[in-house]
Amino acid sequence: MATRKVTPPTTAPEKKATAKPVAAQAERRSTARLARPRILVTSGASDLGRVLCRRLHRDFDVVSVDTRAFPDRPKDVEHHEVDLRRKAAQTLIKKKKPEMVVHIGPMHDERPGRARGGSLLEATAALLKLVEEVGARKFVVLSAATLYGPSPVSAAFMSEDAALLGGQRHPRMADAIAVDMMVQSFFWKSPGTETVILRPVHIIGPHMQNLVSRYLRMARAPTLLGFDPMLQLVHEDDLTDAVVKALGDGVRGVFNITGPTQAPLSRVLAVRGTNAIPLPGPLLAAALSRMGAFRLTRVKDDELVHLKYACLVDGKRASTEMGFTASRGLQDALRDM
Amino acid sequence: MAFPGLMSRVTDVLEGFLDPQLRKRIDALPRRNLNEFGVDPFGCDPEIIKLIAPALTFLKNRYFRVETHGAEHIPADGRFLLIGNHSGQLPFDAAMVGTTVLTEAPTPRLVRSMVERWSADLPFVNELFVRSGQIVGDPRVCARLLEADEAVMVFPEGVKGISKLFAQRYQLADFGQGFMRLALQTRSPIVPFAVIGAEEQAPAIADIKPLARLLGLPAAPIIFPQFLPLPMPTRYRIWFGEPMEFKGAADDDDDVVAAHVKKVKNTVQRMVDHGLKRRTSVFF
Repeated sequence: MATRKVTPPTTAPEKKATAKPVAAQAERRSTARLARPRILVTSGASDLGRVLCRRLHRDFDVVSVDTRAFPDRPKDVEHHEVDLRRKAAQTLIKKKKPEMVVHIGPMHDERPGRARGGSLLEATAALLKLVEEVGARKFVVLSAATLYGPSPVSAAFMSEDAALLGGQRHPRMADAIAVDMMVQSFFWKSPGTETVILRPVHIIGPHMQNLVSRYLRMARAPTLLGFDPMLQLVHEDDLTDAVVKALGDGVRGVFNITGPTQAPLSRVLAVRGTNAIPLPGPLLAAALSRMGAFRLTRVKDDELVHLKYACLVDGKRASTEMGFTASRGLQDALRDM
Repeated sequence: MAFPGLMSRVTDVLEGFLDPQLRKRIDALPRRNLNEFGVDPFGCDPEIIKLIAPALTFLKNRYFRVETHGAEHIPADGRFLLIGNHSGQLPFDAAMVGTTVLTEAPTPRLVRSMVERWSADLPFVNELFVRSGQIVGDPRVCARLLEADEAVMVFPEGVKGISKLFAQRYQLADFGQGFMRLALQTRSPIVPFAVIGAEEQAPAIADIKPLARLLGLPAAPIIFPQFLPLPMPTRYRIWFGEPMEFKGAADDDDDVVAAHVKKVKNTVQRMVDHGLKRRTSVFF
């Protein structure tokens, strides 16, 4: 819808005009091809950041920032090992003046052995200030659909207006909700920037190392005895498509991003060829917390809620307003991991 | 599953009890909403019905010996709302109406009923409910189901209806307005029904409200003579009425919608009274 709105009025009157403006237009087009819009990707060295940089560098001048190294980046991606909260990052971004910014939220950036405690909140606040200062025209943040919270009452297909109730138990989730809220208030604060919040469901794919992908790659996976929730997944390629769509002119707002279908966990595992081992919930929770105490696992027992309740979202708005539909079927996505 | 051999053997045994006629009817259920995983968007799989149908038909034909009237009023296709009286402490009436629609309607239909929210916390039960198409009650889910041309059963009396005392039997409690707004919003016809016999299955002489609050239950009835809310083998008579259609806006004022609701409530009450008049015995 957005692209349709933008293109016809600008081209139609110029076609009628004389040869001169046409030539000028062609020239403008060729220079536009040379000077590609500059885009800033935060957490560029995370799984999702890498996938995104690889996709975006074809059409954009990508600058990636992260505290980690990004050794296998494409040659034309500029990577800086900086912390967004520090002065060095701020000077860098002010110097680079990115036209667009893609911010990867806390749910998509798991870092081992590091207490994040609010650091991403500070980083987001600093980034928003910078976006305002450099006058970026687009700000896309990758939030998550799990923020709605899997719960016994969340069987409905939640729209973007549903409350974010997932944060009561999980500190990282609470952080992510705070980031989402912060960006929502940025809509009003800075109307000159087209702000987009994407809330994708669990992302899977060959490059993903997140909890869901690790779980689905296991040969034997524990499940909760007597529970078999419906699951929505989206492939990493579809997600990058959605980000590219979100970068289009005129797109703003909150969008759920989901795959074409949903399926019960047991049938998802069957497609993966995983052997499901149903265990009683209290036993599995106790085992996880015991293993956590011995540093044998980083998975918290409150993550089990994903194996218990569904958290289904409605992706209709993304398809009507942004023109996004996932191209990979669920089975196809599950085979490509 | 951990024991695939065992599971398939169990399902084979369960399916062995299935009446071939009923198997045909289950196979004929509409399946246009199923995806490549064999489930609809809410996780319902008609194949699972084959496993629970033998138990349900036992209850229907042997235990409650359901007598059906007016099954021809159940639409063969398209969306509709089933609205009726609720009774009997435990929702056997819902199970029997659903089974009757599956087995007796001119064209078999799968009834989707709205279940209590806490059922999502019960292991196995929640799985069974979801797979067999019973969904945690929520108006948005209901609207989505109706828009997908499903048959949805709602008891507008809610908990007040099912946990009423023996002295108030067959007197309808207040109807909520939610179902009517849904019907108007999705332009669904309403098929009224009355269940006679469920009130006597577990006669409650008192409801201890403080105990119910303490246990987090909707009601804590004292049941005489069997103490537990397990049902006695009363005979069920289920009456289906002609579909009713209403026109108007879903967000009309309360009194406009209340008039429509009253019409439906009066119809159900009339059907209940008529059914009671025609009944000769509670148990036979």
